[in-house]
Amino acid sequence: MLDILLPILIFSALALAAIGAVRRIRLWRQGRPSPVPVLGGLAAVPRRYLVDLHHVVARDKVMSSTHVATAGGFVAAMALAIVVHGLGLAEGVLGWLLLAASATMFVGSLFVARRRINPPARLSKGPWMRLPKSLMAFSLGIFVATLPAVGVLPPDAGGWLVAVLLAAAVAWGLAELVFGMTWGGPMKHAFAGALHLAFHRRAERFSTAAGPGRRSTGLKALDLDDAEAPLGVETPADFTWNQLLGFDACVQCGRCEAVCPAFAAGQPLNPKKLVQDMVVGMAGGSDAAYAGSPYPGKAVGEHAGDPHGPIVAREGTALVDAETLWSCTTCRACVEECPMMIEHVDAIVDMRRFLTLEHGNTPNKGAEVLDNLIATDNPGGFDPGSRLHWAADLELPLMAERGEAQVLLWLGDGVFDMRNQRTLRALVKVLRAAGVDFAVLGNEERDSGDVARRLGDEATFQSLARRNIATLAQYRFDRIVTCDPHSFHVLANEYGELGGNYEVSHHSTYINELLEAGWLSLKASRLGRVTYHDPCYLGRYNGEYAAPRAVLDALGVERVEMARSGYRSRCCGGGGGAPITDIPGKQRIPDMRMNDVSETGADLVAVGCPQCTAMLEGVVAEDRAVVKDIAELVADALDESAPAKDRRRVTEEEAA
Amino acid sequence: MPHETTKNAAGALDVAVLVSVGRHPVTGRTRRADQDARAVEAALTLNKAHVRLIHAGRHETDSETALRGYLGMGFEGLTLIEQTRDADVLPALTSTLREAPPRLLLCGTRAETGEGSGLLPYLLAESLGWPIVTGLAEIERIEPEHVTLLQALPRGQRRRLRVRLPAVITVDEAAPAPRQSAFGPARRGRLVVSEQVSRPDAALAGWTLEPARPRPKRLKVVKAASARDRFKAAAAKAEGGGGQVLTDATPEQGAEAIVKLLQDEGVLRRLL
Ligand code: SF4
Ligand code: SF4
Repeated sequence: MLDILLPILIFSALALAAIGAVRRIRLWRQGRPSPVPVLGGLAAVPRRYLVDLHHVVARDKVMSSTHVATAGGFVAAMALAIVVHGLGLAEGVLGWLLLAASATMFVGSLFVARRRINPPARLSKGPWMRLPKSLMAFSLGIFVATLPAVGVLPPDAGGWLVAVLLAAAVAWGLAELVFGMTWGGPMKHAFAGALHLAFHRRAERFSTAAGPGRRSTGLKALDLDDAEAPLGVETPADFTWNQLLGFDACVQCGRCEAVCPAFAAGQPLNPKKLVQDMVVGMAGGSDAAYAGSPYPGKAVGEHAGDPHGPIVAREGTALVDAETLWSCTTCRACVEECPMMIEHVDAIVDMRRFLTLEHGNTPNKGAEVLDNLIATDNPGGFDPGSRLHWAADLELPLMAERGEAQVLLWLGDGVFDMRNQRTLRALVKVLRAAGVDFAVLGNEERDSGDVARRLGDEATFQSLARRNIATLAQYRFDRIVTCDPHSFHVLANEYGELGGNYEVSHHSTYINELLEAGWLSLKASRLGRVTYHDPCYLGRYNGEYAAPRAVLDALGVERVEMARSGYRSRCCGGGGGAPITDIPGKQRIPDMRMNDVSETGADLVAVGCPQCTAMLEGVVAEDRAVVKDIAELVADALDESAPAKDRRRVTEEEAA
Repeated sequence: MPHETTKNAAGALDVAVLVSVGRHPVTGRTRRADQDARAVEAALTLNKAHVRLIHAGRHETDSETALRGYLGMGFEGLTLIEQTRDADVLPALTSTLREAPPRLLLCGTRAETGEGSGLLPYLLAESLGWPIVTGLAEIERIEPEHVTLLQALPRGQRRRLRVRLPAVITVDEAAPAPRQSAFGPARRGRLVVSEQVSRPDAALAGWTLEPARPRPKRLKVVKAASARDRFKAAAAKAEGGGGQVLTDATPEQGAEAIVKLLQDEGVLRRLL
């Protein structure tokens, strides 16, 4: 009887899955077009899955093995079941392989079940709680049903009752695991996830046989010359189709939620919920069925949307509230942690673009900062002719006078800030001690456009960027060095799309090179315990974790690491214009970060970013660690008795 | 999306706002003028009003950027009365407003470019024969024939006025800050050019213009021993000696009092 039932079950499940797939694909295709290499993308899936995705999943060893056993077992068992039971080809080794696959899957599903006994808060409940049972039903059902096929049990063992029970178990499993994949159950992540890997919007992030993935911005420039082109994302259907596909791939694992600084601070943002809201929006409906942690302070079930309705309402509620979008610091912790390679930050900025460019609704100081950037090229509204006032006594070489230099020192808007001026002075001192041939743009420099872009004002970003690119084009230099990771990221990764391509180094990278080349002599340090705070835009955005640490080691300090450091570093709260939009929460992000610092027992936290310096130094606490920039630490440790070297002359000798 | 108030709903109050090309105080870049933008904001917050923007001046790339700044507050279009550089915009504005008179005319107190004498609203009110109120803080109520508003006085004081319509109301820094100008509507909005002859400003032709020199500020020396005294000195009202409050005076009595004061101050010479 089973040999009649099973093929029917298997093939109807496959047929239903196919219908579901067509419906799901239709949902995604409501999005805007975005051309992708179809065949190349599909061909890259195995590598992206096994190398890049696994690299992220493997950070949780138990979960990673569980997933390998369950998913691997299922894929093998399903393929073999089609052959063995669907086509009735049980001869030889096939039946035994099917037994092995379903047994592996069963073991995996036991671990899945174990994790669901006391699930951490970040995991979604609801339908996800039944998934381990479905996995067990399928693997067990297939296992027992295969025993007669390999001759371990007689063909009609157990009679019709057992046969019906087995068929029911297999049917349940098939429903969840095969057509549930395309009809929207928890297993949707497998179907959407595979295609998401194939058609990812930032495909350059994946490694290839040629080498590791490239650093890039997730943001795409808006076409401002075309008056018809939409300005950002108003409705779910305004996302590109592969962004919608990406949202659909979410497994609701909540890893993003666990690392999100805004969520931890009690601001109304949870990246997991945001992604789920977009899924709700693309299909239409309310968020009432969501079974995970809500946005802090916002009840679930009060928001609804549809593919062509607004995401953020001008008045009242729609799918998401504006303050949710403005809470994000663009720290990319969620992107780094997401096993499904979902890109939250560019989606958030896409929606912010609409709010700023169409609604004219950038909260709090947002409008003022943008007006300043438009009128004075810096966020503070300072006289652009006073950019070098802090350096009146330093006689910095100007590009306008020199025309060329090995290093163009990009100063950033920190020139207007007294705290950061100390860092800049230190950096100049270090460069001079090493005899570096450098020059600055002085009053010709403008804000890089970082803040404008993250606040959604793509027009002001492009205006600043194009003028900066035109200025840079007048001069010859080998590379740009900057002590601002935000300028660094924008110059290195975002100007390219507008025609500006430069080699850019963070000052910690450059100082490390100078140290390695022996251009700097340092005295023994008298510093005690030092910890290092990774700036998001240097670390996660640009992968520079090593150089600042190497510089600290060269200083001879006792370096201790915070629990969250490197790619898991917690944001200082200063990115993405968050201090400007200033969405209230329960606590402040920099306070949490300074707690991380004090847990290490360090007396000093080394930083490499003007924003981080400002945020962390703004923390009021007893016995708070001292905040110093890497450049300041190096400048303090310079051995001034050593003769200064003329780096230009020496490199020319080297070249000869 | 245009603001609600631009829809020409039946029975809506017709409000016109005069907008000019502003100039950023630090960099001199053109922008929407702050006071004019506040006037637009005041108009946009009115219930059931049909708001239109009017600008008289030259149409250049620079001025267009500034004018689009107003459109970005949520307007589909702006009436641009093209004038030559040396034109006196008063006659053109007067005849435009006479052709289609609004019930309420709002504008900034003083322009950020050009003469910036702050006289235009008065001259306009005079030639239209409408009352003028300066220093608007808030419009409280609109009736068919009257508007009730709060006028800002020094040191945060407010005076409630009920003014007959049509009227000219000028706006300065006491009014709420303008909303953000959004790029999308600013780019989409249309500048509707309207024809009016340019009358050269005869007086202006005879003037020499030069950039203003910053004048040294007179220091207010406060002799105070403690921080409390210094604070009191800073927060103290300016002591106006004398002065006289007239209530229930006839216009003649009021005029006499003003003439007398001007004579005492030496502004008017005594005609004896
Ligand atoms: S980028 Fe950072 S702040 Fe924004 S959602 Fe992701 S983790 Fe949260
Ligand atoms: S967005 Fe990514 S990290 Fe967050 S819950 Fe979904 S799959 Fe997990």
